[in-house]
Amino acid sequence: MQPHDLQAEQFSSYPPEARRLVVSHLETFRELPLVFIPGLLREIVDYDFKFPAERSAIESELALLSALTPPQREVRFRAFEQLTISPKLEQFDWINQPAQFTEQLSAHLWSTHQLDAFRAAATEYGSRLQSGMPPQPLAVRRLGIAVIGQGVMSYDGQLFKNLRAHGTYFNQIKPGRGLELLLEGVASRSQAYPVSYGHWYVDGGLESGHGPGLTCVSYRSLEPLRASLLRNVSAEIQKPGMGPEELRTHLARITPSDLEMNPSGDAVLDRFQLKILTEGSGTQIFSTTFAQWTAREVLRRAQPLSLLVRFAPRQRQRPMNELLSNTKGESEVDPMGSLIDADMASYYHWINQQRLSGYGESAFLAWFEGHGEALVVAPTLPRGTTSSSALDLGQLLSLAIS
Amino acid sequence: MTPREIAVGLSRSRREFLRTTAGLALGAALGSSSPFVRGEAARKKRKTIVVTFGGGARDQETFAPEGQENIPHLISELAPQSSFFTHVTNHGILGHYVATASLTTGVYETLNNFSAVPPEHPTVFEYFRKDLRRPASDTWVVAPSNGFNRIGESDSRSFGPGMGAAVILPKHLLSATAHGPTTDLEHLLRDNYETPLYTPELGGSEFEVQQLESILRLSVEDFMAHARTLSSPDELSVYIAKRLMQQEAPSLLWITMHDIDVAHSGAYSLYIEGIRRTDRLCAELWKAVQTEPEYAGNTTMFILPDFGRDSDYEPGGNGFQHHRTGDAASRTTWMMALGAGVRRGVVFDEPMQSVDLVPTLGAMLGFSPGEAQGKPIKEFL
Repeated sequence: MQPHDLQAEQFSSYPPEARRLVVSHLETFRELPLVFIPGLLREIVDYDFKFPAERSAIESELALLSALTPPQREVRFRAFEQLTISPKLEQFDWINQPAQFTEQLSAHLWSTHQLDAFRAAATEYGSRLQSGMPPQPLAVRRLGIAVIGQGVMSYDGQLFKNLRAHGTYFNQIKPGRGLELLLEGVASRSQAYPVSYGHWYVDGGLESGHGPGLTCVSYRSLEPLRASLLRNVSAEIQKPGMGPEELRTHLARITPSDLEMNPSGDAVLDRFQLKILTEGSGTQIFSTTFAQWTAREVLRRAQPLSLLVRFAPRQRQRPMNELLSNTKGESEVDPMGSLIDADMASYYHWINQQRLSGYGESAFLAWFEGHGEALVVAPTLPRGTTSSSALDLGQLLSLAIS
Repeated sequence: MTPREIAVGLSRSRREFLRTTAGLALGAALGSSSPFVRGEAARKKRKTIVVTFGGGARDQETFAPEGQENIPHLISELAPQSSFFTHVTNHGILGHYVATASLTTGVYETLNNFSAVPPEHPTVFEYFRKDLRRPASDTWVVAPSNGFNRIGESDSRSFGPGMGAAVILPKHLLSATAHGPTTDLEHLLRDNYETPLYTPELGGSEFEVQQLESILRLSVEDFMAHARTLSSPDELSVYIAKRLMQQEAPSLLWITMHDIDVAHSGAYSLYIEGIRRTDRLCAELWKAVQTEPEYAGNTTMFILPDFGRDSDYEPGGNGFQHHRTGDAASRTTWMMALGAGVRRGVVFDEPMQSVDLVPTLGAMLGFSPGEAQGKPIKEFL
C-alpha cells in the first residue's frame, strides 16, 4: 500500500475520533512518505484515549502539515524520502498496525545501516515542528516533586549529585509531616489552576491521602492488573513460535478487556496505566522503575503543571524469569538500592520536565523522605550552593514556586 | 552539539581523566615504532584474551570523572600499565549478540539479535585456526547463555564446520548440572531483561556437561560447590575462564561479560553494581594471567565494551536503561590493551571502530582476516 492510494474506508477499524481526524486530513496523508506516516498514525490511532495536551499536539501537527505547499513539503520530507524500505514493509498493513510497522521499520533501519539517517531526519523534523508551534503560556510555573528513600534509616552517600549543579541543596530541612505538606501544596495548585490531567500524584507503593483534583497512579493499586498481565505473558510465552519480538507485538495489542481490567470510569487513564505496564521495561517487576517510567510518560504525554512522584522500596533482584512469573511474591525489599534508583530517577524527572514548555521558569524539589536533605531547582534560587535554612517542606515548597 | 562533537568530547574527557588521574601519556607524543614483539617464535607462544566489558556501560558511570568510583581496578591497576584507546565507535546494530558477533568477525553483522544463528562472516577463531593451523582446543569462548551459543563459528562457506571456537555457556552448564531445586544458585542464573523470557534453542558446538570432567578436570560436585560461593553469572564466567586457562591454556580466549545489562530493568543501583563487579572481575582475570605459567609474560589482553548506552539527554531514550537510540553515547566507547608488547601508560585519541579489533589481532598474531571490514590499528603494526 502506497500513501497516494489511501482511502477513507481503510480506516474503518480506527476509534471514531481518530478516524474522523485521519479522514479529514486524507489529502495530506496521501502526499507524505511511507516511511513517515505510520509513526504519525501510531499516535493518531490512540487519539480517542489521549490526554488533552497530546490531542492538541496532534491537531497542531496535522494543521501544519496540511498548510505546507508542495515545495515546502518536498524540502521538509526530503531526508525521509531518501530512506529505502523493503518490499515486505511496503506490503505490511501499516494502516491497521502502525506500531508493529514502526517496530519492523526500526529493525530494518538498523540492519541496513540507515538508522543514523533516520534519526537525523526525525530530529530535524521535530525541531521544525516545534518551532512552528509556539508554546501556549502556562497558567502557573511547572512544578516537579520527587520524594525518595522511603524506608531508609540513614545514608552515607551523596544524594542529588546530578542535580546539585542546577539548584540549591538544603541540609537542615524539618521532615515532620513532609509528604502531607507536599501533597497539600500540589492539591492546592490543582484547585487554584484546575486543568484536566494537569496535576498528578504517582506513588511507587501505596498511595497516601490526597486532594480530589489530583490524577493518581500507584504501583499498589495496579497490583491486580500487573498480576493479570504477568499471567498473560506466562501463558503467551508457552505458545510455539513466540520470541521477544513476538511478545512485544503481543503486548502492544493488549487492551484493558484482555486483562479483565476493572474500568475506573476514566478510559483515558485506564489506557495510560495499561501502557505503563505493557510498554515500559521493568515496570511490571520493580516499583522504582514503575515510578520513574510513569513520571516520564506523564510528563511526555500529559505535560502536567504539577507532578509529585513518591518512590517506595522495590523488591530485591531475583532471576528475571522468576520475577516475571511472580511465584514467590514480593516480600523481600531493597530500600538502599531503591534509594539509589530513585535518586537517579529524580534527575530524569527534572530532565524530562525541562523538555516541556516554560522550562526556564519551572521549579523542581527533591526530598529524602523522613530526613533533612532536599534540593530545589528554581529560577529564583542560586545554583550549586548549599543552604542550612531550617524550613519545613511546606515552606520549602513555597520557596520553590514563589 | 553534533553527534561527532559529542563523540570527540567523550573521548577527550576520557583522555584528560586518564592523563590526570592515572598518569598516562599521550600516544602521539611517543615514537611510532611498534610496541609489539615480532617474530615467529614469539607468535607461537603468544596468548591473547579478549574481554567484552558488557553489556553496555556509559562513560559517565565509568571513565568520566564522576564515574571513576565505579571502576577503581581499571583506573588504578590496569590503566597505568595499558595502552588506552579513547575513541572507539560502533557503527553497527546495538544489540548485544549481534554487536559481539560483529566484534568477532570484524564486520558489522546484521543477524537477528534474538535468534540463535551464527555470524554470517568468518570469525576471528576460524581465521586463527585455519591460517595458523591450530587445534580446536586452542580457541575458546565463554559467554552468557542468551543466544551466544553460536558465536564461535560462522556459517561462511570458506570455512568448514568445526573450524571455530568451542563455546562454554556457564549458565547453561549450571542449569544442566543442577539436578533438582537450585534455590541457592538462582542468582547465577539471572537473565538480562532485554530477552528475559527466552533462551534460544541451543545448537552448534556448545560445551557438553560431560566435558566438565574431561576438559576442565572438574567434577560436577566441585563445580556446584564452587558455584555456590559466587554471586553473579559473570563471576561464574570468570571462574570457568580461569579453569580453562589452567587446563587447556588456549591461545585465543574470548570472554563476554553481561551482568551490566541488568540496566534494562530500569534499576540504576543494579546497573552500577554490575559495572563495579565487571571492573573487579577484569582485574581478577588480569591477576590470573600473571599467575598462570602458560600466560605470565606472553599474554596480551584487550578489554572493550561492545557499546555504550543512551545518553540522559537523548529524548528518544530513557537514559542508562537502554541502548536503542543509536546516539553518540551509545555508539562511542573505549578499548584497553595490556600485557605482552603493549606500550604501558599511553593514551591514543585516534578514532577507531570496533570492527578494527579482528584485523588488529590478525596483524599481531599472523593470520589474514580476509572478509573483515575494519583495518588494523596502526599503533599495533
